[in-house]
Amino acid sequence: MPEPPQEPPHEPEGAVAGTGMGGGMDLAASEATALERTPHGPDGPGGTVGTGGPGPQDRPRSLWSDAWRDLRRNPVFLLSALVICFLILIAIRPSLIAPGNPLQCDLARAQDGPRPGHPFGYDGQGCDVYTRTVHGARASVTVGVCATLGVAVLGSVLGALAGFFGGVWDSVLSRITDIFFAIPVVLGGLVLLSVVTSNTVWPVVGFIVLLGWPQLSRIARGSVITAKQHDYVQAARALGASNTRILLRHIAPNAVAPVIVVATIALGTYIALEATLSYLGVGLKPPSVSWGIDISAASPYIRNAPHALLWPAGALAITVLAFIMLGDAVRDALDPKLR
Amino acid sequence: MAELGKTDEPQDATPNVSEVDVVDAHSEEEAVAAIEAPVERGEPILQVRDLKKHFPLTQGILFKRQIGAVKAVDGVSFDLYQGETLGIVGESGCGKSTVAKLLMHLERATAGEIFYKGQDITKLSGRALKAVRRNIQMVFQDPYTSLNPRMTVGDIIGEPFDIHPEVAPKGDRRRKVQELLDVVGLNPEYINRYPHQFSGGQRQRIGIARGLALNPEIIICDEPVSALDVSVQAQVINLMERLQEEFNLSYIFIAHDLSIVRHISDRVGVMYLGKMAEIGTDEQIYDHPTHPYTQALLSAVPVPDPEAREHRDRIILTGDVPSPANPPSGCRFRTRCWKAQDKCAEEVPLLAIPERFKGSDSPAAHESACHFAEEKDVVHAA
Repeated sequence: MPEPPQEPPHEPEGAVAGTGMGGGMDLAASEATALERTPHGPDGPGGTVGTGGPGPQDRPRSLWSDAWRDLRRNPVFLLSALVICFLILIAIRPSLIAPGNPLQCDLARAQDGPRPGHPFGYDGQGCDVYTRTVHGARASVTVGVCATLGVAVLGSVLGALAGFFGGVWDSVLSRITDIFFAIPVVLGGLVLLSVVTSNTVWPVVGFIVLLGWPQLSRIARGSVITAKQHDYVQAARALGASNTRILLRHIAPNAVAPVIVVATIALGTYIALEATLSYLGVGLKPPSVSWGIDISAASPYIRNAPHALLWPAGALAITVLAFIMLGDAVRDALDPKLR
Repeated sequence: MAELGKTDEPQDATPNVSEVDVVDAHSEEEAVAAIEAPVERGEPILQVRDLKKHFPLTQGILFKRQIGAVKAVDGVSFDLYQGETLGIVGESGCGKSTVAKLLMHLERATAGEIFYKGQDITKLSGRALKAVRRNIQMVFQDPYTSLNPRMTVGDIIGEPFDIHPEVAPKGDRRRKVQELLDVVGLNPEYINRYPHQFSGGQRQRIGIARGLALNPEIIICDEPVSALDVSVQAQVINLMERLQEEFNLSYIFIAHDLSIVRHISDRVGVMYLGKMAEIGTDEQIYDHPTHPYTQALLSAVPVPDPEAREHRDRIILTGDVPSPANPPSGCRFRTRCWKAQDKCAEEVPLLAIPERFKGSDSPAAHESACHFAEEKDVVHAA
């Protein structure tokens, strides 16, 4: 039979290999390099034409290795990762860049502007805004990152399982999420957190996870149900793939994008929620330092001393933006169509 | 005959459906051994008996109660012989794809048996089922959703080896994937590409390569070319014919395009509303159809010759296909049939060689589920 000529490859850059990461899922890199390149020519059953053949160090590639290769060249990812690394660093060791004591205040200097050694000026209590902003990163970043991780893990696991297996558990879980959606966040915080005496961030994190997971679980459930209906899931099942394999290799990579987007946006709202709860007096209480406490303390004096509000608020905005950009970059890297 | 027909139960003993040689496996080992055993060319490899799939219709959100059932497949029996291609045709919604899913064990049958080498695969599980899956593979209709967009071609075609590691040792897999790409006429260097970098025809080749990976004996093709351009359809069909010869495959080829089915099939079954209306060799079905539905279907095949088109006898069916949730009594086709009489509403016609052709060696003597089966050459009618 005459074998039809192949359509020319659409994207020559698809063959840009060479620098590819090893890290294949199934084939060790050593095996791949030892591999002979299959010769193909007129004797092959398919008269294939291949333009732009990959370089000699062609290695097996996978979604994750390709995504990582893509991310390393993405300036948005590099910038946001740098910001986040810096934030984590000062959250762990604030004294690295702010050696002062955030609780040492001088009322005589209340609401004063910047002066040498105190570049951000003083707040209403005469505390150094720079020191407090740097030290406040710990509480805010801990709340944001831990609450988001907790919500994302709990919500997406429960939602994905409910969406994948369906049936009674799906109905039960959906009704439970309905109940949680009905609880007003601020009122729930006032009720639940007012009985907590601990002055650490963990009750706040726990509260946010408790009220936040239904949102993520609903989104994860929806995108898993969408992904589950594709033929490639049927194809994997026809091959005899286990449920675990189908969930992890086929459904998760195709359902994760909306979860990433919502989780990174939620991270910002969780930091803001911590600030709201602190403002209401049920989150962290004043001897602790957090952006939320500082923002709420400075807001009545915004006309006299805007700097006391703008610096912690600016830090909060940059943090949220960095996480959203990171999530965006990761989501794009996981979509081969955008390369 | 009449008593049989009155009960709504179709029969399993139809003349041309061979006796099932049931292998009684008492342990999983015996079952696997039976599945691994080779089958001679021309022997039945897959025997489907009275297969039914009813999808329940439910009402209520929390407390579901069944208010009826969609009888997507309602008593289908046929044999697939080693090395042949059995085409299954019928219009949308007649249950073709459900049959494919049942054969692949992607849906559980409501009733009936599917014997693969004498083993009823509807009752298998565990290792024996895995062994069956290795031997029966599927090519899907839509090449745009049947390949995971986030896996490289190497991962897609290599996945069967991950699931059945005994087929290929780990170090060998990449070479095997490249061989498979070569076999289906794709450049082996495309192994690191993603599905969106290929055209529809190339994607379908990738799907075929995945189906071939485990060296199966049967490939079920569920409308494998209907999503492709006509020029590409021919390429893929020719590829499939070449592969059948090369790897000694048996195909079940589901389609609604009659000319493609005729081209590739050795035998053809015509389905209507969850039942087999007529089954026979391609010559018997296309040149000597005896069931009115087959005749109507064939009269709608486009004829490239305008002269012949003028003169041919078009059968135009009136009305719509009845709902499979509430099929007509007796013969399912009677609501649209020009021959329908009282008998058709009362008795379910059996899929058997019609009385009038019994014993004759005319090509019209093949199984047809019609009380008033008669030959009518619609294709060549002038």
